[in-house]
Parts: sequence; structure tokens; C-alpha cells
Amino acid sequence: MTEVRKPRAKPRGTVEIRVDECKGCGYCIVECPQKVLVLAKGFNRMGYHPSEYLGDGCTGCGICFYACPEPGAILVRKLEPVS
Amino acid sequence: MPKEIYAKAESFYVDFERKTGPDKISTHYCPGCGHGNLHKMIAETLDEFGVRDKTIFVWPVGCSVFGYYYFHTGNVQVAHGRAPAVATGIKRAHPDSIVLVYQGDGDLAGIGGNEILQAANRGENITVFFVNNAIYGMTGGQMAPTTLPGMKTTTTPLGRTRENEGLPIRVVELLSALEAPTYLERVSLTDAKQMNRARRAVRKAIQAQVEGKGFTLVEALAPCPTGWKIAPTDSRDWIHEQMEPLFPLGAKKDVLEHVESIPGEPRPFVADGMGEKLDILASSVTQARKGTLKEEDYANPRIKVAGFGGQGILLLGVAFSECGMQAGYEVSWLPSYGPEMRGGTANCHVRISDPKIGSPMVEESDVLIAMNRPSLEKFEPDVRPGGLLLLDSSLIDIEPQRDDVTILKIPATKIADDIGTTKCANMVMMGAYIERTGILDLESVIEALPSYIKRKKTIPMNQQAIAKGAEYVREHF
Repeated sequence: MTEVRKPRAKPRGTVEIRVDECKGCGYCIVECPQKVLVLAKGFNRMGYHPSEYLGDGCTGCGICFYACPEPGAILVRKLEPVS
Repeated sequence: MPKEIYAKAESFYVDFERKTGPDKISTHYCPGCGHGNLHKMIAETLDEFGVRDKTIFVWPVGCSVFGYYYFHTGNVQVAHGRAPAVATGIKRAHPDSIVLVYQGDGDLAGIGGNEILQAANRGENITVFFVNNAIYGMTGGQMAPTTLPGMKTTTTPLGRTRENEGLPIRVVELLSALEAPTYLERVSLTDAKQMNRARRAVRKAIQAQVEGKGFTLVEALAPCPTGWKIAPTDSRDWIHEQMEPLFPLGAKKDVLEHVESIPGEPRPFVADGMGEKLDILASSVTQARKGTLKEEDYANPRIKVAGFGGQGILLLGVAFSECGMQAGYEVSWLPSYGPEMRGGTANCHVRISDPKIGSPMVEESDVLIAMNRPSLEKFEPDVRPGGLLLLDSSLIDIEPQRDDVTILKIPATKIADDIGTTKCANMVMMGAYIERTGILDLESVIEALPSYIKRKKTIPMNQQAIAKGAEYVREHF
């Protein structure tokens, strides 16, 4: 899970996890097509292992956003123009 | 529907200030619960159509009872299963609003099964979101109408059986047998593909209401990892494997393209000819008028009328409030009685007020009209010091205990008997009270009697009773 990925020259998207809103259900991790999300080792304020972005490889597809049941726990940005 | 940014919808509150406890940023739902996913889809659609400010949610009883914590819209939380009925009223009163009904399977298919059937059959122009997780989640996992055969719940510990509990109810199929609904679809809140379908269905259902196209319902198969006692990620597989074969996905009815928009005007009430039909000639009857208060203290009375059933206790309350309304007061009438038509006890709370009335409840009363002994014993302690106590001395053979209230003993039943019927003892009390306080104009109340007593042949007798009650007070107090 912690394998080192080679950063892309130009990232296509980015995902931000609001740690204290995440309940660690794991849906985003399962659904992410790029497999760039993992459960953190540490705990958040509520005692859950929150989801964590590996830091590279997000395409900004938004699938994790809809997989996540929390209104504001995930924020996804597409860094390339939407076709 | 790709976007540049996927973020918390503006139809949600920024902070969930209404939520109790220190955490104001996350929902109260369990990890992996499907409610949040559906909330996000609805919120996103409200943002897209720009209808947040005219949206009214009707929330159920169930886990989503606290929906109003999250949505920056109008919110009403209603009794168990009654959301479609309340939504009907809201939509008819506010045809321009977007009324969204949100219910779980216990609430919609169990407790409120008939409500949804009737609202759908009337083709109310509302949108219903039906969250089906095959279980009563909030109360701890009891069997719901949608529980699967063989599924173990706290009330089917050996598993649901066809013989004992019957097979699950398929709501969209059931409703699709009706003529009126225009769009009924079942979606599943599981993988990315199904989530996308669900988003489209939610959007379509809300758009249908924006365009005034009648009754729409989206059923969402939703995970309840806590109730099912499995991990969230396994719960989505469970929906695919167990629920979807029994609850097939897709649109079960979609005639949106073929229906005309329903005009968004309130349905007016036509009063023409109604008076004749109901044998009321209200317009030709004198209206009661305000009187001159004999004391300032008599203003804005909180009245309690009590006696046994059959004495016309409730009618006396109606008479007070009807006359008060005609005279231009704010009024309220709250009856309380047993199931018996005669016998038993009855009381009612009446308020006649210049300012608007906050609550129709009368706990501490300014006036108690006690028509029998148990009523006197029960309600005498609730009269405020300096208040007024009228009692029927022909039936009450005990003395009141209070010495800090004004007591008027009126032999109401005796006076009524002399007129010809004991039944108008209530009107004797009415005359007595009005004469004492001056809250209403006595003559106009007598003349307006046909507007609140409908049986024509009893009118002269009742008019006489009011006059006699007033006369008794004039002569004796």
C-alpha cells in the first residue's frame, strides 16, 4: 500500500480528505479506479482510521466523492479542462 | 456529468449547527450508511436547478429523522409514515415550492403504507425518496415489509419466512400499477456505475416536479452495515447479491415525456351554493359583536368548560369560539373527550383573545365553567387567583374549596328544565358568562345563534336559555 509511485509530470486531479469528517467506511478506497486512496494508520477525532490520499495519481474523476456518504469529507478537483 | 470540482453542495449547511453534541461537521449516520450518499445527490440537484430556497423537505421517523440538521432548505419533520399526507398539504398550499418527501422502508412501506398509496394515486405533484435497506434501522434492526426471505432480524430471529411473515413488498412495482404516478425508478447506492444511475434518477425526479409533472418516486437500495452486522464494503456486495435479484433495478414506470404539466395554482374553494347544500345561511344571519368589558381583568380569557358527555360541553366551546371569531377576536377551541357520545367526561379549552394565540392549551384557566361535580373537583385547583368560577349549582352538591376566585353559582340545569329541556343548560352558562364579563354583545350573540346551532327547531329554546342565564346573573350577583 505504501509503494512509491512515480509522480506524473502533470497531475490530472487532486483529492482532499477532511480527516475529521471521515468515518473510515472504505467506500472511496474500494471505488477509486486509480487505487490512490488508503486507510490511514492513525486515528481521527472520532476514533476512525480516515481515508488518506497517497499524494499522486488522482485523475479528478469524482467517483470517490459520490462513493463517500459524508457531505463534505471529500473534495476533488480536476486539474485539466472538463471535456 | 464530469465537473471541475466535486465539493459539498451549497444546499447543505456549512456547519451542522442544529446537530447536538460537539461534532458539527459530520452527519449522525453510521459509517457506510446510504443516507449520506442520497443526501448528496439531492443537494447537488437542488444546487443545479437553483431551487434550494423554495424547497421544503418532509422528513420521516427513522434514521433520517434529523434531515433538517443538514439541508439549508425548508424542513418539516412529521409523524411516522405520514410524510406523503403532510407533503400533500404543503404542496397544495405552496404550489410553487419544491416538496421533497424522504422516507425509509419502515416508514413508507410499513407504518405509512396507505399514505403513500393514496398520495401516489392522487398524483400529488411531489417527489418521494424511498430509502430501502430491508430493515428498521433506527430501532435496532426489526423486520420491515422489505426484509428479505430468510433474513434474520431481531423480530425474525430464525429468518423471515413466506408462511409466517410473507414476502417482501416491492413498492415501485406496487405503485406502478396505479394510473397517476409519472416516474418510478429503483436504484442502488453501491458501485460507481449504480451511483451514477442513482444521480440521474434523483435529478430526473426533481426535474419532473420543477416542471409540474406529477408524482415521482425513487427507491434507493441502501446499505445498513450496522443493522446487517457486516462491514460497509461488504454491504454493497450484499445489495448486489441479495437485494437486487428481489428488487430489480431500473425504471418501472416513466411517462414523463407524455404528460402535461399540472397548473401550479392553488385549487380554489368554491363556496357558491355550499350554504344551501349544508342548510346554512350564514350570510343572512346576524354576526356576534364585541361587547363592553365590565372589568379589564376579563380581557383575553383562557376558558375551560367541563362536564359530562351529553351536556353540550364541546358545543358551548364551539359557541364561544364561533361568536368570538365573528366579533373579530382571535379564538381557539381544543376539545378533549372520551369515545362515548353520551356519558363519560368531556372538557374543552377555549381562548378568546385580542393578541394572536400561541397555544390553544389552557392549563391555568382564567375561567372555569364546571357543569358537574367531578369537573369542579378536577379543575378547580387550576383556576388562577382572582379568576372566575361558574358552576351548575343544580347538579353540584359540594362547596368549592377556593376563596381567592369569584364564584358564580348558577342553577343552569334547573333554569333549562323550566324552559323545557335540560339540554340547553350549556347556553344558560353562556348567557351568564357573557353578562358577567361583557366580552361579547349579548343581544348579537342571541341573534347570531343560528350560525352556530344548526338544528332549527332548537333555536328559540337556546336563545331563551342565553337570555335567562344573563338575567339570573343580573338579578343575583
